[in-house]
Amino acid sequence: MEFITQHAVLVVSLVKIVVLLFVLMTSLAYLTWFERKVVAHIQSRWGPYYVGAHGLLQPLADGIKFLFKEDVTPPTADRLVYLLAPFLALSLAMTTLALIPFGPLTGPHATVFGQPILVIANSNVGLLFLFAITSIGVYGVALAGWSSNSKYPLLGGLRSSAQMISYEVSLTLSIVGVLLLAGSFSFNGIIESQKGGVIHWHVWPQILGFLCYITAAIAETNRVPFDLPEAETELVAGFHTEYSSFKFAMFFMAEYANMITVSCLATILFFGGWQSPFPESWTWQLYLPGAGLVLLGLYCAYDTAMHMRGLARVQLAVVTTLALIAGLICLSHSALPIVQGPFWFLTKVILFLFVYVWIRGTLPRFRYDQLMSFGWKLLLPVSLANLVGTALVILLVKRG
Amino acid sequence: MSVPFILFFTCSAIAVLGALLLIIAREPIHSALALILVMVSLAVLYLLLGAEFIAAVQIIVYAGAVMVLFVFVIMLLNAGVEQRTNYSKLAKFAGVPLGLFLLLEVGHWMWRSAIGSTIANGPGALSQTSISTPDLSKLLFHDYLFPFEATSILILIAILGALVLAKRGE
Repeated sequence: MEFITQHAVLVVSLVKIVVLLFVLMTSLAYLTWFERKVVAHIQSRWGPYYVGAHGLLQPLADGIKFLFKEDVTPPTADRLVYLLAPFLALSLAMTTLALIPFGPLTGPHATVFGQPILVIANSNVGLLFLFAITSIGVYGVALAGWSSNSKYPLLGGLRSSAQMISYEVSLTLSIVGVLLLAGSFSFNGIIESQKGGVIHWHVWPQILGFLCYITAAIAETNRVPFDLPEAETELVAGFHTEYSSFKFAMFFMAEYANMITVSCLATILFFGGWQSPFPESWTWQLYLPGAGLVLLGLYCAYDTAMHMRGLARVQLAVVTTLALIAGLICLSHSALPIVQGPFWFLTKVILFLFVYVWIRGTLPRFRYDQLMSFGWKLLLPVSLANLVGTALVILLVKRG
Repeated sequence: MSVPFILFFTCSAIAVLGALLLIIAREPIHSALALILVMVSLAVLYLLLGAEFIAAVQIIVYAGAVMVLFVFVIMLLNAGVEQRTNYSKLAKFAGVPLGLFLLLEVGHWMWRSAIGSTIANGPGALSQTSISTPDLSKLLFHDYLFPFEATSILILIAILGALVLAKRGE
């Protein structure tokens, strides 16, 4: 006990890191399930259905499969760099989440031993650090392409470096407008500046910046319609063609972790972070998280009773019980204030992830020259104009 | 032994090691990777000095932009293992002693100066003088506005010059 109070920063941070890693790994696995389900329904299919109720155990089966597949290293590969690339991609993608605040840093139950619970690293220049980490994320892909010593990966790696360099410029410029409005580099400052419900969110004055951001963000994470580094019709699988087994899974997980980071960033910058969209005087909103979970539990109970048979029925019954218990905990008086921040934050992030998958299900891939001219000739000028316009308006409002 | 103290010496060691690797490595990509290592560990040193902004910018600009271009060009040109000639005799007999002498001299003066004594008292002593981002931007865009803008125009001219040189061959 004495050790904990003396080294509160160290102990609390370690616990937070372990919890976040566990939650992150699970959500990465279930994000694949979510994506497959949503894309399947967009294409009038059922998606995963056989492993567990509604295919809920599919991610587990995929994970086990990845672990037991043969791990092949091409004989001509540069072994050190070949091994380094997936680790670099995954670890950098996961590190960024340490900077994200999932809820308020002060207030009832928000601190333990004087340390905020809902963020790991609270920095004054958090946004800059996030960009610093994502800017070296490109090495994972580029080095994977180079070290495989094979045609398709090299082309994929080259494409992805060119694409990431091009779109990073617009990505950074598109959020400077928000920084001007908030007057802060810290995530907390940016979220606090959007206080007071949905009308104060930065997305309204910065709608142009938001559109630029979301476009550049999809390109940064190499997702459809900007997934040219791994365009299978031209490049087999692009930069990760030569990777098998768990190293392939690491690239896969890195891509999904990047999706989560980008969605978190959009939530913080443009949609008020962990703040509720309603004005504070509406007290009934405090019961929303619990009510949502209880409703989910009730729906699962209905599904269990009506549609499931055999083992699937047992599995869905477990899900039902968990959802109901979690819902009742969220409704209890002592838990009410602490669940608000994470609830709104996660809801917004899940909405963004849905939009991501939705875009993947609807848009065809760009051609490479279209991608480059779109990035440099349209996205960059628009985000620059947005920045200049915002700066001018702020200057005029402050003077006048 | 405080945590910043251990971090300082670890990162300094990594930086020196990376710089050595940069020279020793024969594969251009390995050299580039070693240089990235140096830059990231320098960023941690800036962080220990309390300069959060500079640390982040160091990574964004050097490791994230400049070195990505280096790696990109190396990949694009598909540069192979570098060729080496026999080392020049002058470098062996005059270079090594002169280099050692320079190292000793720099070390000596660093130790004598005020910075040296502060470092000797532990790197934590410096982090109290933290520079905030508003202070820094005030210096850059108010007090030193002219040199700052002049530098950016200089860089722009350099880019234009490179373009002109590259296009002349066609």
